[in-house]
Amino acid sequence: MTESTNITPVRKGVPLWVQVIVWVFLAGLLVIVAMGLNRAQQGTIQPGHAVDDFTLPLFKGYEYQGASEIKLSDLRGKVVVINFWASWCKPCEQEAAELQRAWEQYEPTGEVVFLGVDYVDTEPDARVYLKKFGITFPNGPDLATRISQYFRIKGVPETYFIDRNGVLQYVQVGPFTSLQQIQNIIDLMLAE
Amino acid sequence: MALMISLLFAAAVFAQDGTPTDDEVNKIAKDLYCPVCESTPLDVCPTDACRQWRELIRKQLAEGKSEEEIKQYFVTQYGARVLSEPPNRWASYLVPVAAFLLGAFMLFRGFRMWIKPMAVESASGEDEAAPIPQDDYIRRMEEELKKRK
Repeated sequence: MTESTNITPVRKGVPLWVQVIVWVFLAGLLVIVAMGLNRAQQGTIQPGHAVDDFTLPLFKGYEYQGASEIKLSDLRGKVVVINFWASWCKPCEQEAAELQRAWEQYEPTGEVVFLGVDYVDTEPDARVYLKKFGITFPNGPDLATRISQYFRIKGVPETYFIDRNGVLQYVQVGPFTSLQQIQNIIDLMLAE
Repeated sequence: MALMISLLFAAAVFAQDGTPTDDEVNKIAKDLYCPVCESTPLDVCPTDACRQWRELIRKQLAEGKSEEEIKQYFVTQYGARVLSEPPNRWASYLVPVAAFLLGAFMLFRGFRMWIKPMAVESASGEDEAAPIPQDDYIRRMEEELKKRK
């Protein structure tokens, strides 16, 4: 007589809840990777974008109305010119004098505020630069590069013009070539 | 000649005066990366920005700050990405570990499903055509077939 042979079925379905968790997790990972790639390919934030609030600490001697830091939302109702620069940046030197002249022209109106955001710089060198070009408008360091990361700057200098409603209107990548260029943009925004 | 000797003497005095050497600066700089030149360690980066950073390290060392204090200053000023090793945060390890475990689990399940049903052979194994105990449905099917013969 022969003995029987047993078949042991080993296929066992994965519980539905495990499958759901696995696929949700994988989908989540893919979304994170896609977002990272998308962000890496994006340029600077584009005109029409409502700019989120941020606070810029200011260098001593470069305060705004006596305050040691400035909040973007406090400037609502004014045209804001945000200039990213650094003391080690040679192209920044090309526009430094023009920016200062533009500031001197618009400061008395009280309708325009210039903010210098010092990118990846050291304070002693930044101060030498500011003094060298006689810059007087509010300036401060971009702590932990939070502001430049928000604007997704690709380098310095870059300048962002924000209208009275807090919406970005113009982006200048690279140095300005003349005072007139700065005036044209600001006058257009003031006329709106 | 006298001028040269006096300059050399002055330099030697300056070095002994507590000014941190390049080696001391680079010991800290090698663990830092400037965001402007992300793939180059600070100790060998030739840009002006990195030169300024090295001078800042030298200044802070001269002020008596420790390596940790200096690194913390750079993190505060420029963000944690300046460090060659990211801060030890559990969340930064969670995703890769979870992804690895998940992958291992899926592979394990996959291999198990690909394996053919295993037959547990009986001890004798002489008769290859030995009848196989089947479930009730197959047994009834075979009975039906026999009846039709």
